[in-house]
Amino acid sequence: MERWQRTQERSGNALADDLPQILSTEGPHGPVIHAVNRAAHLAGVTVGARLADMRALCPRLRAEFADPERDRAALHRLAQWARRWCPWTAADDRPAGGMGGEYGLILDTTGSDHLWGGEAAMLAEMEASLSTLGFSARLALAPTWGAAWALARFGPVRAIWQGAGDLTPLPAMALRLDAETVLLLNRLGLRTIGHLADLPRLSLARRFSRAPPAQNPLIRLDQTTGHLPEPVSAPDPPPVFRADARLAEPIFDPTHHLPGLCTALCDQLAKAHRGARRLCLTVYRTDGEVSRIEAACALPSREAAHLVFLFRDRLDRIDPGFGFDLISLEASATEALGTRQVDLAGDTDTSLELSHLVDRLAARFGRNALTQFQPAASHIPERAEARAAPLAALPALVPVQTERPQRLLDHPEEIRVLYAVPEGPPAQFQWRRRSYRVARYQGPERIAPEWWQDRPGTRLRDYFKVEDDAGHRFWLYREGLQGDGRGGAPRWFLHGVFA
Amino acid sequence: MDVIPCAMFRKHAYPMSQSPRTALPAGRAEATLTEIFPAAGAEAAATGFVVAQLGQGTAPVLWIQDRGAQRETGHLCLAGLGLRRPLMTMQLSRPVDVMIAIEEGLRCKALAAVVAEIRGDPPAVNFTAMRRLAMRVKATNVPCWLIRQAATAGLSAARDRWRIATLPSASDPDDRRAPGDPRWQVELFRSPSGQTGTWVAHYDRRTGREAGGAADRLDLVAAIPDGTLAEDAGTLGQRAGR
Repeated sequence: MERWQRTQERSGNALADDLPQILSTEGPHGPVIHAVNRAAHLAGVTVGARLADMRALCPRLRAEFADPERDRAALHRLAQWARRWCPWTAADDRPAGGMGGEYGLILDTTGSDHLWGGEAAMLAEMEASLSTLGFSARLALAPTWGAAWALARFGPVRAIWQGAGDLTPLPAMALRLDAETVLLLNRLGLRTIGHLADLPRLSLARRFSRAPPAQNPLIRLDQTTGHLPEPVSAPDPPPVFRADARLAEPIFDPTHHLPGLCTALCDQLAKAHRGARRLCLTVYRTDGEVSRIEAACALPSREAAHLVFLFRDRLDRIDPGFGFDLISLEASATEALGTRQVDLAGDTDTSLELSHLVDRLAARFGRNALTQFQPAASHIPERAEARAAPLAALPALVPVQTERPQRLLDHPEEIRVLYAVPEGPPAQFQWRRRSYRVARYQGPERIAPEWWQDRPGTRLRDYFKVEDDAGHRFWLYREGLQGDGRGGAPRWFLHGVFA
Repeated sequence: MDVIPCAMFRKHAYPMSQSPRTALPAGRAEATLTEIFPAAGAEAAATGFVVAQLGQGTAPVLWIQDRGAQRETGHLCLAGLGLRRPLMTMQLSRPVDVMIAIEEGLRCKALAAVVAEIRGDPPAVNFTAMRRLAMRVKATNVPCWLIRQAATAGLSAARDRWRIATLPSASDPDDRRAPGDPRWQVELFRSPSGQTGTWVAHYDRRTGREAGGAADRLDLVAAIPDGTLAEDAGTLGQRAGR
């Protein structure tokens, strides 16, 4: 929920905090609530309930779709980020228990706490750091994974393990069991971990002999108390591809060092079978200033000449100051790229050439300059096509049955029109201080407003294709009808030009 | 009255001695740098004229506009364009950038063509720049079209230079009051072969809309100097098809 709120804030369309908002996922019987914000929680909206029921409870509820895949990716990035406190961190993204979406981080802080001034101070520091990222956190410190999991979710704030007695009052759900097993335990009258621990092991083992290990209360209990080992396996940090040039004397122009850096970087990438998507050239000046230039590729690439080209005209943007003595080139985003065979005839690879062209143009004119039209499902002409990134696969163009002009004006321009009948075609019109007499016309083609996204009161359009004496062909429309109750007399606009 | 029927891409019917070098994609024989000077109000006609000659295939077309051209004559409308190739568009603010972008595009052999629209007579579009483009076209064999809106036809290194103006359209067989297939008056006023002339181009919308008809949709008919036929819109096209 909080990741979504930060994203919304960054894109500038965040809603006020006191509006109840939820994220939902698709359940078997319609959308199910996945996460709630504070206002929604206070309004009584619970996680796991159906969206339709909660709408009845709280009509002002704003719903959006959750994105669990991105949540998981963000969690893994956060696990890497948490290496600042200890070297052994992992993301705990296994759906444990009946609590949907209860993800967490697990940090093995053995031997690291003294660096932060003790365990309590370390927990406080962690919570403060996470809150600067915009995340709230519940932290707990315990000798085993299971105990820390239980204390973080069901224990007091910033709980620190004092002894096995801490766990006894916690509910059975704190053993990372799924909802079915917890329900079974509750029916047997075993509501807390203490109740379970008091039972003879043999009867527990016999009762749950067929349960899978993750749902077996005895195994979970042993993991929590440390009788069964449950090591944390920390994933390797993603490899860093980086080439440095350390210079004996400060220099002012990095151009001559760039090919060498690119070659070194490409060698590293080739060994790992990866290609760079984003590059960052960082220049460290002698007076301590750091400046960087970024470049991006449309397709992963590890061709040194091409990478040099991306930086070619942008190096003069660096302010050298008193010169710089360290240049580093880093591939900040990489993708897998196998070795590829160019065909035997020795032809050049067209897709590769195109991607290089896109990169060069994007490096020079910015990423948004080059676009590709993408047909969109709409009858309103200006909404019928969207801009997409070049080289992306496009859906097939649905042919429009009626004729469309070759060129559309960016904004329809209002024209002054003389007509014989108000519903009919124009007889004469004036556009850009020139008058045109209509010799032939075709139409009208009526395009109704899209009520699901237009503002109320939007008027329909009647499009005419007209031609004047000299052969200029235009696409005009009349906005609205006489007496349709949506404003005064209809206005006329010129929208496009035919070939 | 002598009317020569001819289709742009049929070798035998073309009034010039050989098929035009502007016809690019099928044979890819020899690409050229071509300039088109639309008359005022005929900018869309120039668009249609170029699109009709781009052919079909999977190689994309790079279409570059400067800000003046986009503000005055709008952007391309994909649904109405009838282009049978992928299209990549660029909107740039300065004519200098447009020239640089054309040159970058002409480096790439995977493109089908580079089309650029520049409005006015900016100093960036001079003889030297055109010469560079012409050399680049020759090196990579990617055709380049420059649509020079509201420009004067000064000194240039383009091999073919056209002027284009609108004509009243052919009559629509289904509806007498409606504008039919568009017709343009095109004038090739400079060509290395010296065979310049004026034609009436007839753009066939129907074949254009059906699959596979892209190659034959532009007909060039020799212009009639006395204009008696031209006044009677419609008969010219019918006679040309006979």
